[in-house]
Amino acid sequence: MKPHGTHTDPPPSPALRVQALESLLIEKGLIDPGAIDEIVELFEHRIGPRNGARVVAHAWSDPRYKERLLANGTQAIAELGIGGMQGEDMVVLENTPRVHNVVVCTLCSCYPWPTLGLPPNWYKSAPYRARIVIEPRRVLAELGLELAAETEVRVWDSNAEIRYMVLPMRPAGTEGWSEERLAALVSRDAMIGTAVPTIEPRGGASPR
Amino acid sequence: MNGIHDLGGMHGLGPVVREENEPVFREEWERHVFAVLNLTLAAGQYNVDELRHAIERMDPARYLQTSYYEHWLHAAEDLLDAKGVVTREELLRRAAEITQRSSAAASGTSHSQVSGAPSGSRAPGAGRLPSE
Repeated sequence: MKPHGTHTDPPPSPALRVQALESLLIEKGLIDPGAIDEIVELFEHRIGPRNGARVVAHAWSDPRYKERLLANGTQAIAELGIGGMQGEDMVVLENTPRVHNVVVCTLCSCYPWPTLGLPPNWYKSAPYRARIVIEPRRVLAELGLELAAETEVRVWDSNAEIRYMVLPMRPAGTEGWSEERLAALVSRDAMIGTAVPTIEPRGGASPR
Repeated sequence: MNGIHDLGGMHGLGPVVREENEPVFREEWERHVFAVLNLTLAAGQYNVDELRHAIERMDPARYLQTSYYEHWLHAAEDLLDAKGVVTREELLRRAAEITQRSSAAASGTSHSQVSGAPSGSRAPGAGRLPSE
């Protein structure tokens, strides 16, 4: 807490600025105070990479769904009841033994909210945005993903409308698994393209 | 348009630092920036392209030194001021009022919570930051 405030003080902190802005907008009747907690709750607890993992697991289990997903991402994702802001124009990129896809937004931090939730800090960071497009293999290796030399890497830079999501390869040894069990293998990073799903637990308790 | 936001290919920005199990929001104020931005967007105060452009017009040095949600906050302040919805003067005045109120509350009574507006405050929204 700052000791006192006058116009000659240093610029107010973001916390104070947003508190002031929010109170003025509410006072002017331009935003509904009840909606503030609602939207935060939605994006903090209900919308996240579990949505995208459901899409991936379904595509792994149903080849016809996978076809529809690759042909029209937005529509196929909507079949599972997922969609909305920042997911209006979804393009799903399929990883194969020969091609690995990875997603970035170099100009800002565009990200498919309905399937992946809000982006992690590293995705929004200047180093990731700057480097993934010129030295993707090196960045991926630093993030723990070593790709075979013969694998082609495709980096997809989001534009104002299109939001990308990677359809990773289904790990071997998962034949006959339920969609629920498959979905648990699919991490956020696997759908950005900076990791791949594996049935071996990789140290950390919760999937990234 | 090229500018500081056009980061693709830039050298010298250091390693990509990934934090395991990071929270969706790091700080309480980030929740509020996220909500205020989305609610003003939904209310049609501006559109996403205007927001993005406002971020792209930031001072380049400041752009690199500030976080994602500070960029958003800057854009909201800038656009709402330009449209005369909430002017910069109003905002600074309100910020000063909030600071004065909370320091008065801290010295006067046991109500020392930074974000808590005393009862009878003129700003109905100022005191209702949800507690963690």
